[in-house]
Amino acid sequence: MIRLEGVTKQYGGFTAVHPLDLHVRRGEMFGFLGPNGAGKTTTIRMIAGVLRPTAGRILIGGYDTVAEPVNAKQIVGYIPDRPTLYEKLTGAEFLRFVSGLWGRDGDAAAKRADELLDLFELTAWKDTLIESYSHGMRQKLLISSALVHSPDVIVVDEPMVGLDPKGARLIKELLRAFTAAGGTVFLSTHTLEVAEALCDRIAIFYQGRIRAMGSMDDLRNEAEAGTAGLEDIFLKLTRSEDVVELVAALRASGGVV
Amino acid sequence: MARRRAREAASLSRVLVLGFAGIVFWGLMFGIMFRMLSYFEAAEGIGDVLAVKLLSLIFLAFLSILLLSNIITSLTSFFLGRDLELLVAAPIDSVRVYGARLLETIVQSSWMVVLVLVPVLSAYGLTYGGSWPYIITVLITVLSYLVLPAVAGAAITLLLVNIFPARRARDLLALLALFGAAGLVVLFRLLRPEQIVRPEGFRDLVDFVAALETPGSVWLPSEWAARAVLSGLPIEHLNGDRFPLLLLASTAAAFVVLGCILHTRMYAQGFSRAQEGAELRDRTGRRTPLIEHVFGKLPITTRSLVAKDVRTFFRDTTQWSQLILLAVLVVIYIYNIKVLPLRTGEDVGFFLINVVSFLNLGLAGFVLAAISARFLFPAVSLEGRTLWLLRSSPLDLRALVWCKYWVGVTPLLLLAVSLTVGTNLILCVGTFMMILSVTTITVMTFAIGALALGFGALFPRYETDNAADISTGFGGLTFMMTAVGYLACVIVLQAWPVYSVLRARAEGAAITPAQITSLAVGLGLAAALSAAAAVIPLRAALVRLNGA
Repeated sequence: MIRLEGVTKQYGGFTAVHPLDLHVRRGEMFGFLGPNGAGKTTTIRMIAGVLRPTAGRILIGGYDTVAEPVNAKQIVGYIPDRPTLYEKLTGAEFLRFVSGLWGRDGDAAAKRADELLDLFELTAWKDTLIESYSHGMRQKLLISSALVHSPDVIVVDEPMVGLDPKGARLIKELLRAFTAAGGTVFLSTHTLEVAEALCDRIAIFYQGRIRAMGSMDDLRNEAEAGTAGLEDIFLKLTRSEDVVELVAALRASGGVV
Repeated sequence: MARRRAREAASLSRVLVLGFAGIVFWGLMFGIMFRMLSYFEAAEGIGDVLAVKLLSLIFLAFLSILLLSNIITSLTSFFLGRDLELLVAAPIDSVRVYGARLLETIVQSSWMVVLVLVPVLSAYGLTYGGSWPYIITVLITVLSYLVLPAVAGAAITLLLVNIFPARRARDLLALLALFGAAGLVVLFRLLRPEQIVRPEGFRDLVDFVAALETPGSVWLPSEWAARAVLSGLPIEHLNGDRFPLLLLASTAAAFVVLGCILHTRMYAQGFSRAQEGAELRDRTGRRTPLIEHVFGKLPITTRSLVAKDVRTFFRDTTQWSQLILLAVLVVIYIYNIKVLPLRTGEDVGFFLINVVSFLNLGLAGFVLAAISARFLFPAVSLEGRTLWLLRSSPLDLRALVWCKYWVGVTPLLLLAVSLTVGTNLILCVGTFMMILSVTTITVMTFAIGALALGFGALFPRYETDNAADISTGFGGLTFMMTAVGYLACVIVLQAWPVYSVLRARAEGAAITPAQITSLAVGLGLAAALSAAAAVIPLRAALVRLNGA
């Protein structure tokens, strides 16, 4: 459903993403992990059609994001990590606007927006300007907006940021139900337990390259980590074992950790 | 490294262009003032009086602008700024907060006025032979003069925010509009421009001079400022009179103290109220809002974009509060045309009126360029932070550019045509000039709108939410210079052929084929230039957005 072929991104002389080949199947939940500055958000923005790759091509449902952007974007719902919304629109107006961008109109679109507002417990706030929303409410509205046009693919960067436990559980269930119904999810997160619990396959991305990819078992084998959890595998594959040692040293010295 | 070097080179070229434009502007301003004051100086008796009157008019006009500007700026600097939460939570004395924010408000709302005052006051100094005492007097005067509207503006905002939550922009702006309108009426009442332009209305010269010598109002700080500045110059009856300067400086100091007391007492409550911004919209529960009914015939994507743009525009304080200033500008513009002393002489009639109507086009074009800089130029920048949504949607960016263009140009066109037709009717111009000027202003509006949108996309400023800030940068200046250049070209291309045809008609002579040809060539070239000015920037905007 999502296919990356030799996708590269350069900013001037700096290569953020080295040639990247990847295939995410229909109905799959794919986790994309990596430390800060690894190039995850750049990759996600390229898949969502916000950025153009410097080289290579990205196919969504068989549509090239550069050659046939309208067809490709028609089936994608994108949830960025630090979004700016239209502060002077109300929640309901924002969803109506996003529906309009995807060409959805009439009662069916309005009904879908109402259902999502209800699902995310935003109905009481739907006629309030977004500038008054809390961080969690914004995140819920943002996720609603990515679902309002019933996409086949969800591309999501840090979905749990700012959500309360109930909201986080809702998102997890929602993503599970989405993939169970044949939808595809490309998910980037720092919450490793979320990735571990939800994803069918995980890629560890580091310095613009995939270091390891596969199921949890595949990653354990690759990291020679025995029965270790994703956190240890992640730290090992991203060469951050010294972080573990540092935390241990601080604990031993009675520091703040 | 290469990117840094490229950025440094770009910023150097910006500084050079800005510096050059600034020097040209200052030079022009200084030249005009110096010439005028030299005439005044040469006129025995009445000259000095006119010089005083002119300066007090300048200070008075700026005072009302400064007051409005300070009210709007202090809303952000005292209540809506993003850093305020940190500042208010920090253990800082409220007097220090007041001082720092007042200074910020003064700088942000007054820098343009200071830029204009520099050549004006230099011209006064050079014409009347001012030296060091004059410079010191000017510095103290201008500083005190700027402090007064800033303190008043901050205090008015403080009171308003204590009555209404700061984000209830509509209520606040309804009051601001009232202030604007009231300020305008007071301004015209005090200016009494008819007395200056119609000296024949006085019984004799003594009456005229007496009317001029009467201060606009002894209560107005602008009058004190004018007299304080001129007390540093060897002008008869003003030289060495330190009372206006002392009055101005001591009032400014007293204002700061009073403002500080008011701030200490009311700021905490006002700031707290300013955070209570939850505002309910669309309480009617209507399924399809009115605004979407109005644009119901448009395709859904375009309709959504237009409805979003209209809504966000009218709900954003920084956007539509400037409409008050625009209304003031339009009223002054029409008023000026109305009081032009065209019909006071015996044989000015047909020819002069038509020429004025023609020149009026250039001025109207300039007004349109200024409005476009404020409202159309920031259109793409304001979309910047939410561009992720538009770019990830299946929206064709051409639709976005077209939508922005028409949403901006349609009201601009209505304003331009009404202004031109209105002023032409006041001037009683002939059919030829009416058709020519309405056609020209229509074409100019399309071109200027495209230039503003195109330059806005080529020089975006995504880092700010404040539309007023966006148009004051390098891109805004480049747009204004290009727009003025375009206007000058269109006027020059039309001027000679129109002049020769008008002259022939005024003299009752037949219009020759050569005149018709030159008219056709002039108008054709102006149309071609306008088409280029409309198409090229819009294409550039699209390329830029697609490649961003």
